[in-house]
Amino acid sequence: MTAPLDAPGKAAEAEPEAVVAGVSGKAIQGRSLGQIAWLRLKRDKVALAGAGVVVFLILVATFAPLIVGWFGHPPNEFHQEMIDPSTMTPKGGSGISGEFLFGVEPLNGRDLFSRVVYGARISLLIAFLATVLSVVIGTVMGVMAGYFGGWVDTVISRLMDIFLAFPLLVFAIALVGVLGQFEQQLGVQGDTLRILLLIFVIGFFNWPYIGRIIRGQTLSLREREFVDAARSLGARGPYILFREILPNLIAPILVYATLLIPTNVLFEAALSFLGVGIQAPTATWGGMLAQAVKFYTVPHFMFFPGMAIFITVLAFNLFGDGLRDALDPKSSR
Amino acid sequence: MSEPLLSVQGLEKHFPVTKGLFKRQVGAVRAVDGVSFDVFKGETIGLVGESGCGKTTTGRLITRLIEPTGGKVVFEGNDITHMSQSRIRPLRRDMQLIFQDPYSSLNPRHTVGAIVGAPFRIQGVKTEQGIKKEVQDILALVGLNPEHYNRYPHEFSGGQRQRIGIARTLALKPKLIIADEPVSALDVSIQAQVVNLLEDLQNELDLTYVVIAHDLSVVRHISDRVAVMYLGKIVELADRKSLYDAPMHPYTNALLSAVPIPDVKHRGDRERIRLQGDVPSPLNPPPACRFHTRCWKAQVVCKTEEPPLVELAPGHQVACHFPENADKISAPAAAKVARNVQDAQHPKGTIA
Ligand SMILES: Nc1ncnc2c1ncn2[C@@H]1O[C@H](COP(=O)(O)OP(=O)(O)OP(=O)(O)O)[C@@H](O)[C@H]1O
Ligand SMILES: [Mg+2]
Repeated sequence: MTAPLDAPGKAAEAEPEAVVAGVSGKAIQGRSLGQIAWLRLKRDKVALAGAGVVVFLILVATFAPLIVGWFGHPPNEFHQEMIDPSTMTPKGGSGISGEFLFGVEPLNGRDLFSRVVYGARISLLIAFLATVLSVVIGTVMGVMAGYFGGWVDTVISRLMDIFLAFPLLVFAIALVGVLGQFEQQLGVQGDTLRILLLIFVIGFFNWPYIGRIIRGQTLSLREREFVDAARSLGARGPYILFREILPNLIAPILVYATLLIPTNVLFEAALSFLGVGIQAPTATWGGMLAQAVKFYTVPHFMFFPGMAIFITVLAFNLFGDGLRDALDPKSSR
Repeated sequence: MSEPLLSVQGLEKHFPVTKGLFKRQVGAVRAVDGVSFDVFKGETIGLVGESGCGKTTTGRLITRLIEPTGGKVVFEGNDITHMSQSRIRPLRRDMQLIFQDPYSSLNPRHTVGAIVGAPFRIQGVKTEQGIKKEVQDILALVGLNPEHYNRYPHEFSGGQRQRIGIARTLALKPKLIIADEPVSALDVSIQAQVVNLLEDLQNELDLTYVVIAHDLSVVRHISDRVAVMYLGKIVELADRKSLYDAPMHPYTNALLSAVPIPDVKHRGDRERIRLQGDVPSPLNPPPACRFHTRCWKAQVVCKTEEPPLVELAPGHQVACHFPENADKISAPAAAKVARNVQDAQHPKGTIA
């Protein structure tokens, strides 16, 4: 045992260890690896900052209508009075004021603050749900490949290779573009349809990243002696899968899910930027950036949605990295 | 003699070696290649051999974690060699395995209570006072604090972890325990404690042990009989006293000479035998006597004719054409050995 865990149980660990007699009255509660990871995470200031921003972003997205009600205007409301009719740009450059915290958009004077706040909703909603989809498919496929091995592994591994070799962006553009035409047949329309499509495309094509990691972990877990111990006790497949292997996969699943979210945020922004994502007038960060390109003379229009993407991606990455360090199985024997 | 608790007859395990995309078999690792021994109730058998000679594989074959290629395993009169996993499940209560690595054998995500209680849950055994009480009793039995029920394996030292592993095997009150190098991963200072624990438990719970080890010193203390393995075969099997006092197989002699002698007075009695070369690969083991490539007594016959494992003295089986300690050999066998020696001195054949 080399792990320098300053657990209170240290004294009792010393050999010889037969300390049956003279037990103190209170029950001894062990610390799970999760609790230890939490203690480590609490010491990692950078990751904590990331986590703080993540929580803040989630709150903003959840309570967007309230926040906008207090600090802004409805996101699709025009404020032509804020626009200089000769240049079609905001009066005074950006229009930033106590009333319009991030200024207004060129052309129609929509409240940029409200639109960035509402953009967080779309961005996080799609990124989260796409990640959930990837994690579910990736975990099921990865566990099956790693646990059953043989031809199951061969088939799934080749499938993952194929998916990873896919020109995803091009394909996504085509797919969203084509499927977007079938509003009637699909029975959903507008933003809902687009959101579902984006979740499906982004989530469905990203599962091999998680799948590969889970496959590798399952392969190595399957060889561990505790699996043999369970088998020698007569445990069946489902017991071994769900009781012995899966609990050891939760940490890597959490870490890679956290790291996949920012990738998906960027992907959604890219698709919206290219015009195949959510359609105007619904506010999305990528869509706003696409608009802002045409108005490079008013840099605040690009700055705020750009910063929103940047901060979101950075925060999730910092948090994910911290989570990985905290949960690292190598440092927590 | 009474019926053995466990009888292993000509047990074989050949791991296929495959190559290429289509997994064509190009050979086989003969990890266990015809191992036979009986284990009687209440005794302890030591199974000793260098790393890679197939000890773990033998243990895993007996407990049916892997499927034997050949031979037979009979436990309490039931032939379990190819019994289906569902039929073997109830028998598993009576036959448990202690693992070599106390770090890898405990699930890091389970508490001690869950680990030691798992046998009850998996086997669906009802306990009178609840699983928790039962588990705490077992923890006390192996010298652990029952209050540590809710702790996780990483909070324990190697020796304590091995005790947790032992506690798990005891849960269902098995008859036979196969201990695969139960102390080789532990500090020397703790090894004796764990060996003593195994011995105490045997007396208390009426257990039968197969204790696997890679050197003869570990099992000397607790074994009634010792089997020495070399490259997937048993080369010598004898009760403890005759094996340690009058080993007959040259390989056993070599292993014994590596064991430190506790008694200073007798140190000069024995010269240290250094084996030349490495253990040959089980992928392509030497023909006939597998030890001939490293044996200082090897003659032509050792390369051409495999010596069978035969009883040269009462309760003392050896597989060698030219055994040591010949004075202990019983009369009919002695004649055969003498003939071998004579042939070797005046070879008839012209084998190069
Ligand atoms: N699953 C497997 N596939 C292929 N070869 C294997 C497998 N398991 C074991 N072997 C081979 O079988 C031989 C015997 O292995 P085994 O683990 O039984 O040795 P051991 O005597 O327990 O050694 P150690 O003292 O190192 O534990 C080795 O050559 C090993 O490489
Ligand atoms: Mg082994």
